[in-house]
Amino acid sequence: MPALSILIWVPAACGLLGALLSGVPRSASGLRRTLPATFALIGSLAAFGLAIGYIVEYKTGSQASTVTQTLHHVTNVTWIASLGIHYKLGIDGLNVLLIGMSTLVFATAILASVARSGEPLERPGLYYLFLMIAESAVLGAFLAQDLALFVAFFDLMLIPFYFLTGMWGRGERRQRIGATIKLVIYTLVGSLLMLAAAIATGVLAAQQHGTHLNFALSALQTLRLSKGSQEWIFIFFAAAFLVKMPAFPLHGWMPDGYRAMPIEVLMIFSGVLSKVGAYGFLAIVLPLFPQASVHFQMLMLLIALASILYGSAIAFRQTDARLIAGYSSIAQLGFITLGIFSLQQQGAEGALLQMVNHGLVVAPLLFIVLLLSRRTGGSEDIRDMGGVAFRAPVLATIFLIVALATLAMPGSANFVGEFLILLGVFKAKLAIAIIGFAGVVAASVYALRLFIRSMHNRKGAKVDSHDISWRDGIVLVPLVAAILFLALYPQPALKRSERSTSAAVAEAQVFDAKTIASVQGSGWTSYKPIADQKTGPSR
Amino acid sequence: MSKLSPTLLAAASLPHPHIDFAALSPLIALLGGAVIVLMAGLPRSQTIRRHGVPLLSLVALGATAGLTIWQWQDEKSIVSGALRIDRLALVLNLLLAAAGAVTVLLAWRSGREDSAQIAAGEGDSLEERRVERIAQQRWSGELHALLLSSIAGMALLVAAQNIVLLFLGLELLSIPLYVMCASDRSRGRRREHSLESGLKYLIIGSVGSATLLYGLALIYGATGATSFTGIAHAIASHGLSGNVMLLFGVTLAIAGFCFKSSVAPFHQWTPDVYEGAPTPITTFMAIATKVAALGAFLRFFDVALIEVNSDWGPAIATLAAITIVVGNVGALTQSSLKRMLAYSSVAQAGYMLAGVVVASALGVKATVFYLAVYLCMNTAAFAVIVARERETGLGDSIQAVTGLGRQRPWLAWPLTLSMLGLAGIPATAGFVGKFYLIDAAVSGGYTWLGVVIVIGSMISLAYYLPVIAAIWMREAPAIEPTPAAQGPLPAIAGGSPELDEVGGATNLSARAGQGRVVLVALLGGAATLFFGIVPQPLFDLVQHVGRGFGLF
Repeated sequence: MPALSILIWVPAACGLLGALLSGVPRSASGLRRTLPATFALIGSLAAFGLAIGYIVEYKTGSQASTVTQTLHHVTNVTWIASLGIHYKLGIDGLNVLLIGMSTLVFATAILASVARSGEPLERPGLYYLFLMIAESAVLGAFLAQDLALFVAFFDLMLIPFYFLTGMWGRGERRQRIGATIKLVIYTLVGSLLMLAAAIATGVLAAQQHGTHLNFALSALQTLRLSKGSQEWIFIFFAAAFLVKMPAFPLHGWMPDGYRAMPIEVLMIFSGVLSKVGAYGFLAIVLPLFPQASVHFQMLMLLIALASILYGSAIAFRQTDARLIAGYSSIAQLGFITLGIFSLQQQGAEGALLQMVNHGLVVAPLLFIVLLLSRRTGGSEDIRDMGGVAFRAPVLATIFLIVALATLAMPGSANFVGEFLILLGVFKAKLAIAIIGFAGVVAASVYALRLFIRSMHNRKGAKVDSHDISWRDGIVLVPLVAAILFLALYPQPALKRSERSTSAAVAEAQVFDAKTIASVQGSGWTSYKPIADQKTGPSR
Repeated sequence: MSKLSPTLLAAASLPHPHIDFAALSPLIALLGGAVIVLMAGLPRSQTIRRHGVPLLSLVALGATAGLTIWQWQDEKSIVSGALRIDRLALVLNLLLAAAGAVTVLLAWRSGREDSAQIAAGEGDSLEERRVERIAQQRWSGELHALLLSSIAGMALLVAAQNIVLLFLGLELLSIPLYVMCASDRSRGRRREHSLESGLKYLIIGSVGSATLLYGLALIYGATGATSFTGIAHAIASHGLSGNVMLLFGVTLAIAGFCFKSSVAPFHQWTPDVYEGAPTPITTFMAIATKVAALGAFLRFFDVALIEVNSDWGPAIATLAAITIVVGNVGALTQSSLKRMLAYSSVAQAGYMLAGVVVASALGVKATVFYLAVYLCMNTAAFAVIVARERETGLGDSIQAVTGLGRQRPWLAWPLTLSMLGLAGIPATAGFVGKFYLIDAAVSGGYTWLGVVIVIGSMISLAYYLPVIAAIWMREAPAIEPTPAAQGPLPAIAGGSPELDEVGGATNLSARAGQGRVVLVALLGGAATLFFGIVPQPLFDLVQHVGRGFGLF
């Protein structure tokens, strides 16, 4: 069995095994409770180990022999011959870091579920089964190198969250189910539009070039669609990805969904699933629809900017700690979109790094919210918090690291990411970059506000502060270690992604250069170094 | 002896038509089976009525399927060109046999179940209920004979290559169904509903048949041919594409077909009839009738009227779009699962019409593929409804499946998979089916119809997901001694938790002996999942269905 299939399917297989085995011994209730969790842990840790192996082994730009061979460990089997769909998986510079981040977040979320105190989990077999199916689907979406396969995994990964939120979520049942249905419909609406668009991509490409139907990304890249088709297809894809992220006008599901989800599940949803949308832009939209990407560049940049400003502004005002994390995600994902649609290599590279960073930051942040709520009598409102740091120095330290990483303190990998993003945008659209800087400032305000209001200030009325237990530590330490590692050594990550990111924006840059050349000097938003202006467009 | 010999010789030398019994054998098995089953129902023995008759029906259906597979490689016209035995007819025959078998299995009740049902029933005394149950069994032979002859009508319909036989098949399909819809002989409201359903179906079905007949007559008038190929030939050679009489005939024929396959705006009968009919019969109508009607649609429009595709294509595309929207929106507010599935089947008919509209080999394949998928998904859903109807006093209301995930996981999973499949979620067959249909629509230049299909799927999530929520995320209604199914029922959309607390009895003893129904549900659910992950067998099945048309 090819290696990447093992990575994808090990979690689901473990989840299924745990669920089935827990159903068998009807008498041993202790076993029924621990078996699924054990299997889930094994599965997620195995996936994480494999992912780390792939990251370490991944050949960086200078070492690789040829430029053309960018896809590693390719598995290519025809899945549905009549529809030209392949079960094609592969690792490239875009997904290699993301699978590492995803498997880590999944493993820690499962640790968090295991370490969960208070009343035991109901129906643990199903819970871990759905979590593991979600992990398999997410990894499948990242690794898929076939458009139809990507769409299938993309749609599939949402379904487990429907069950996870509806069955184990918080709040009154009726509201919870309402929020769950809203969440799923909202996000699937985008995905289904993408399904139509993906099929149209394959069929129209085959028609316009007179070839057989083939959904493999490599094949579709050579069969460029006409500009008119690209444009409507782009809109459908963008809708799917922007909803999932979520971006500003399409985030309606976010507050209710965030409130209803159990926080262990939310760690995954916020940390990993939103990245699949951003990844889709880099891996699918830019290479397949470069003309449309250039055409809609300004629109996407404005959406990104609106997300940054809106997310930051609401995060200032929120008192629900969980929603502060939620709205800050909107802002952070706005940055990522900004980087991608700068259509510059630095911007895309920064965006990719920032995707990894955000996943690593938001997961511990949400877990800390859970820890805080345990110390404030179950409330997640920052007005009820305060003074926790006094008796919890370890928690305070970890929280400070996470908070500083969130606000992109110089020295953190987030700083590198945001710097590269703004560098890219600066090259492309000067005015947008200047407004984007405001977002960097805003991030420090809401991150520090959350930290100060919960950890310092006067002690809240119901606050009963104590330090974290080793079980909580197991969850937090790997994530914080990853944050610190990337802060100290961002270079290995950047090296792995640079060639793929420049390949991702290369096609779009060709068309971008043409547009720039045609309006040379007339656009006040386009900036070019003087050296470049003398010699004309660089490409 | 010697005196008779000249006559005998003369008789022997008379030219008699060649009858291809081999090609007719599936039809013969069905009609012969119907007669045998009718006879088998005559003895008074309870065992024969209860078990012998369904068993014989299954044998007849199995024989049909076997004989169909025996003909697999054949491709010929028989009965002087009136019937066409090709891959389309054979594949649809298989689907029909499967649908028939599902119906028989769902209608088959064991003695234990009966006694549990009798003990748990409402209203009259125990003895009266027992008498009533026995009376119901007296109809066993007739019902199964009607079922088999209806399937024979469907097999005729999907093979018909001639407008006379087309109409004949349609009537042979419909008339037994009218009776079957009205066949619930239990006392009280259910019987009234069943009678109402049968009558409604009879009246509306007759209007549909009459419209179709008029349309066919006008088409004959315009082209002077009754065979499909003759019609196609006449249209091509006389340049009839703008002919008013032909177009009027085509319009009426479309309306007639739409009545039968419940395409909006001719769908209004569907929810009422589906709700009122006994649930196994509803299952049969939902899956088998759809197969037959769309099979006829495909052959009639893609063979006989292929030359005027530019005339009827946009019209049917519009109807398909309207159907998708109307069906999905209609299902949103339903509180009865059967009504919800009725509206959903209207929407699914709309999806499948996309394959008819494009008039290409790809379209035919996509439609037949989706029919097979649709059969699996609806089988699972209806089997669960049948099981819950027998176990609870809640009928087919959404409450009957509330809390099913904890209570009966073996029923909960099939229904969940079926709902996900109908909504078109990946890893279920529904996803691949929809993928194929959209592929066909886009390839045929109807990209907008592909987009309408996904918009329909989006709307459909709003009623499929609450069913899943009810199964897994709500508590089962409390067990009460008397069923309270008469009261207002909660709406599916949104749910209404205050009503979740009241509820009906879960008759635990009725659970016993439900093995067959659970098995059907599991098979349907497993097929939905299996063909979602490994769809290749179904693709192989439909590989050549468009081949015999010869016009593509």
